[in-house]
Amino acid sequence: MNFRLLPLLLLAAFGIAVAAEVNYPLDAPAPDGRRPGGTISQSLPPPPIANEENKDLKRERNYPEQPPTIPHSISSYQLDKNGNQCLTCHSRAGSARSQAPMISITHYMDRDGQALAAVSPRRYFCTQCHVSQNEVQPLVGNSFENIDTLLQNEANAPTKT
Amino acid sequence: MKSLLALLKDYWGILRRPSVHYSLGFLTLGGFIAGIIFWGGFNTALEVTNTEQFCISCHEMRDNVYVELKDTIHYSNRSGVRATCPDCHVPHQWSDKIARKMQASKEVWGKIFGTINTRDKFLAHRRTLAEHEWARLKANDSLECRNCHNFEFMDFTRQAQRARQMHSTALASGEATCIDCHKGIAHKLPDMSGVPGW
Repeated sequence: MNFRLLPLLLLAAFGIAVAAEVNYPLDAPAPDGRRPGGTISQSLPPPPIANEENKDLKRERNYPEQPPTIPHSISSYQLDKNGNQCLTCHSRAGSARSQAPMISITHYMDRDGQALAAVSPRRYFCTQCHVSQNEVQPLVGNSFENIDTLLQNEANAPTKT
Repeated sequence: MKSLLALLKDYWGILRRPSVHYSLGFLTLGGFIAGIIFWGGFNTALEVTNTEQFCISCHEMRDNVYVELKDTIHYSNRSGVRATCPDCHVPHQWSDKIARKMQASKEVWGKIFGTINTRDKFLAHRRTLAEHEWARLKANDSLECRNCHNFEFMDFTRQAQRARQMHSTALASGEATCIDCHKGIAHKLPDMSGVPGW
């Protein structure tokens, strides 16, 4: 037999394998989340961009150490090496003028707890920890319960005798 | 030099003697028409220098401050009303405009000698340039802002709580003017260290 026919035979076998139907979906349904429905390869129209919440109402923290979220819009605030617009209101001196909450004392400390004259460089970029919120519902539900709820549940639980 | 003086003297002689060949009517009418043409031409040329197209015909403006403006609400917003360079940087009233234009002749000097003809040079001068604009707007009580944003017609009930609080106190009492708080709304700010309130 002539081996020159081998590549052709292989190609034909490959073609048949591709043409044969597979018994599983090649296009799996996409996980729910940002864009529910559709499959992985489908591109659905993106949801409209939500507005930044701008109500100036403090939100509850889920645990005491949580950096508070920003209750107002910060669009087009400059926050870089040249200037920090957040601090024009939230710095020690600025908070008196603007009546905005002053950033906590920890922001004026280095990592060894030494007090500094100005905001510590490691705390300078506010949006590393503090973020504004958009007017949207959570994409994925969760069953988080804060410590108050847990303590309440425990206090109200029927006592074992 | 002597011949030049003689020439000037000749012209002075022509100017100070009454006309022999032309009628008074012709001279009056001719002067009137020429006046319209020159004045119209002057104002048209002035208006041409007062357009965004003219400003960004220099790469210094086009590549530095203009690109920054494009990100801001004064360039693109929901209702499509926008401010161009001269709306904020040139007074609208004629006498103020001429005064500003005379000041701006310094910018022609800067253009010719390439004071800010690279990005680095521009950044080095940025604080100085910004301070000029802050001082100008502080001195004229933010006149260019108020050309559009008229305090008399601000509806505090439509403003956010923080805006309302500041506008109804500091701005209303005249204690502060727009630029005191709204620095860097149309362009990126320079290094702000040492600026009061920053």
